[in-house]
Amino acid sequence: MIYGQVLVDGLIVGLIFALVAMGLSLIYGVMNIVNFAHGEFMMLAMYFCFFLWILAGIDPLLSTPIAAVLMYFVGVAVYRVLIRQVLQATMVAQIFATFGLLLFMQASAHFLWKSDARTIPQSWVSGQFQLGGLFFNGPEVVAGAGALMTAAALYWFIHRTETGLALQAVAEDAQAARLMGIDSDRVFGIAWGVSCAAVAIGGGLLSTYYAITPLSGARWALPAFVAVAIGGFGSISGAFLGGLIIGVVQTAGGFFTSPNYKHLFVFALYLLVVFWRPYGLLGRR
Amino acid sequence: MSGAEPLLRIEALEVVYGDFQVLWGVSLQVRAGEVVCLLGPNGAGKSTIMNATTALVPRHAGRVSFRGEDLAGIPTHGLVARGLAHVLERRRLFPTLTVRQNLLLGGFNPAARAHRSESLVWVESVLPFLVERKDQLAGTLSGGEQQMVAIARGLMARPSLLMIDEPFLGLSPRVIDEILAIVERINRQGVAVLFTEQNVQLALSISKRGYLLESGRILLEGSGREMLEHETVRKVYLGL
Repeated sequence: MIYGQVLVDGLIVGLIFALVAMGLSLIYGVMNIVNFAHGEFMMLAMYFCFFLWILAGIDPLLSTPIAAVLMYFVGVAVYRVLIRQVLQATMVAQIFATFGLLLFMQASAHFLWKSDARTIPQSWVSGQFQLGGLFFNGPEVVAGAGALMTAAALYWFIHRTETGLALQAVAEDAQAARLMGIDSDRVFGIAWGVSCAAVAIGGGLLSTYYAITPLSGARWALPAFVAVAIGGFGSISGAFLGGLIIGVVQTAGGFFTSPNYKHLFVFALYLLVVFWRPYGLLGRR
Repeated sequence: MSGAEPLLRIEALEVVYGDFQVLWGVSLQVRAGEVVCLLGPNGAGKSTIMNATTALVPRHAGRVSFRGEDLAGIPTHGLVARGLAHVLERRRLFPTLTVRQNLLLGGFNPAARAHRSESLVWVESVLPFLVERKDQLAGTLSGGEQQMVAIARGLMARPSLLMIDEPFLGLSPRVIDEILAIVERINRQGVAVLFTEQNVQLALSISKRGYLLESGRILLEGSGREMLEHETVRKVYLGL
């Protein structure tokens, strides 16, 4: 039974990692840029939901969709103001751009909201329940289910819509896509918007049980980078799979040794994958 | 015909990469319904003429107009809706998308999307193998099949001019014959074709006119027969 509990807990956490990783992989796949500030958009969404709850009494379940819409436009704006300037630049310049954005957003959050941990102790999803001998925490289950639904929506958007097809075309060959009449600049903006909206949903759902600090987003994004690498850079399904694997490995590793070591297992797994399949499980060579 | 405005008119085009000038005052035109070839050795600037026409590389000087409209300032993605399709060198299909998805992307621009299903029926009638292979990933096709899909993808935009960069590159003689037949077939349906090729005899066998390029300048232009009989062409390119 204990193994079942660890597995289920791991999968629930893994669904959040999967959602964060899919957004990262989307941007990398479409434009070969690693968004180091990905977690910071999540952190912004957490604070947004926290403040709506404490100031206006709006439940995070309601404010999460609002956060997603807002973060879509923030993502598009970041693309237009910052990323567009480094599109043709060297990789080092691109790394500095998104890593600089991470520092800027974290420092701004420290400045505005201090480093105190904020929590939402009571929300619609609070409570525990027991099912088939397993224990479930309401907020975590809802967050996992919400992440799964968002991941499915993201997959549908990329594989079943015209805009998704354009996104895939730009990802494969931006020049050829332009000759098809696709405005790659617009597509890049949409990729940033969708990626930030997806991670905002993750942040909103997490705000019901996870302590909110300026570093909260980074805590989720760092393992998500490993998930992307494990799944294969640029592969959306790979990122999803990688997220689930990371969730289970981190939970099981932490449970059977000590929670202090849980990240150790994640990065050990990463090293294994890098040696065995450097292009990731579902990535292309 | 000669009095009418040509479909594509390039005047005194210059292209510079860094401190290296690739094109020096190139002028050419393609009239409606014509098949025209750009001849010349590797590095003569044939591809650059096409890439500068579709704004994939910046034009340093000169003027390019299509159907009488000056193309200055019009971005690459705005050209296909105006009837100008460009098949890049080495086909450049979307390799992990299916043949059908590649074709749909060819008709992606709003103007073409309105009658995309009819276009699909049309290109699949011109190239029936597209139907059998519709669910195959484009990257897994043979070189010749990829070239045909690339041409079909260009046709999905219902262009009045189809530019094909090196359509015969790396293909077997049998497949080359097939592509030649396809070019003639789409031309009979009223689509003008401009293509690049190094083999003079092969290119002129289907072209109404040709331009011979050398080191970024047009050396010679004329009808297929004139070019084949020209002394320079006979000596340098045909070895006669």
